[in-house]
Amino acid sequence: MPADLQNFFAPPRHLVFVILALWLGQILANRSCGKRGVPAGQLENLVMASLLAGILGGRLTYALLHLEAFLADPLGLVSLNLELFSPWGGLACGFLVGWIFSSRKSLPPWDILDSLTPFLAVLAIGVGLSHLASGLAFGAPTSLPWGIEQWGTIRHPSQAYETLAAASVLALFWRQFARTERPGLLFLRFAAWTCGLSLFLAAFRGDSALLQSGLRLEQIAAWAGLVLSMLGIHLRAANKPVEGRGRHDA
Amino acid sequence: MQLRTRTKILPIVLLAAGLAWIFLSADRSGTLAGGRPPAPQEGFPAPDFTLATTTGREVTLSELRGQVALVNFWATWCPPCRSEMAAIQEVYDRYMERGFVVLAVNATRQDTLSSIAPFTDEFGLTFPIPLDVSGAVERLYEVKSLPTSFFIDAAGVIREVVIGGPMSEALLQSIVEGLLE
Repeated sequence: MPADLQNFFAPPRHLVFVILALWLGQILANRSCGKRGVPAGQLENLVMASLLAGILGGRLTYALLHLEAFLADPLGLVSLNLELFSPWGGLACGFLVGWIFSSRKSLPPWDILDSLTPFLAVLAIGVGLSHLASGLAFGAPTSLPWGIEQWGTIRHPSQAYETLAAASVLALFWRQFARTERPGLLFLRFAAWTCGLSLFLAAFRGDSALLQSGLRLEQIAAWAGLVLSMLGIHLRAANKPVEGRGRHDA
Repeated sequence: MQLRTRTKILPIVLLAAGLAWIFLSADRSGTLAGGRPPAPQEGFPAPDFTLATTTGREVTLSELRGQVALVNFWATWCPPCRSEMAAIQEVYDRYMERGFVVLAVNATRQDTLSSIAPFTDEFGLTFPIPLDVSGAVERLYEVKSLPTSFFIDAAGVIREVVIGGPMSEALLQSIVEGLLE
């Protein structure tokens, strides 16, 4: 990325890519969810509720984990500091609220996941671009000719790999977004591709969390995701629809 | 029949290949964990510098090894820098005795020397204020906006970078507490 452009999108402005991806992803998801029996309005509400819960939950979890600091400065709860955020707490709260919302509105879970697939595919590109702009998720040292100078060393352009992989997955699934088949298969195939590519590309990352043996935690998590999604594909594909029941019960 | 067998075998082959890749690409030599050059980024050793402070004393970052340090870049004209100074002083007073130090590096190249003393008096700042007259340390730390803060652990490794501000007291305390533990 040229230096001027990189300065323009320097942190915290790199998050603009994530916000843009959330917006574009939602538009794309709205276009195909109707065919799956999920009203666009309900999908929008679900995403908004989950995002809000994720943001609030992330902040509250951080506060609970650092209770003493927030008792000394209660106004810190409404501070604009993005660092006061627990990603795992945010994810857990977002999932929980999304699950409660879809259960209360009787939205079919597999169709919801299929409808959210375009959203997730665009979001993955946004996250890759934000890493590219901020220099986060940097690569391992390399002597390959396409290496980039970062943090004092020539490194794999791992953020570019990540963005290209996400764009390739979006291109691969583009035609399938509008197609309806057994509910859940679209999402599970997308998850399998994403986990498989993450497993491969994590090997070129320079900031991986390592186990004592040198194994990368991200790769292990991606492999577990791959196992689960492949198992899911197998089970969903083998599950024949029952005569006389709606497709959502299949 | 052949297709059925292939669809059963393919996932197993893929998963086995994935496992093999995890073991093949493991970082056994420790190149990722250690041997990083100094850089203004989380997980990297903090670039060293020596600057003269407002009192005329020289301060060198590497000499503070063994203590948790906050290197905060600021200027008197910058509103968020003004807003966070009281909180930095508060947290400094609270944790100074446990080995927390603050180097509030003034971006003197884009500030006026005469306005620094009234500023430090106004907030009653007691930590060292190094003067980056040439802007060399700002460039070394790739500071793109003020304030920018680097939290450095006792081993001299940057653990948190906060770009922009003002930092709340809760943020300062939670990071410093974590690094002192």
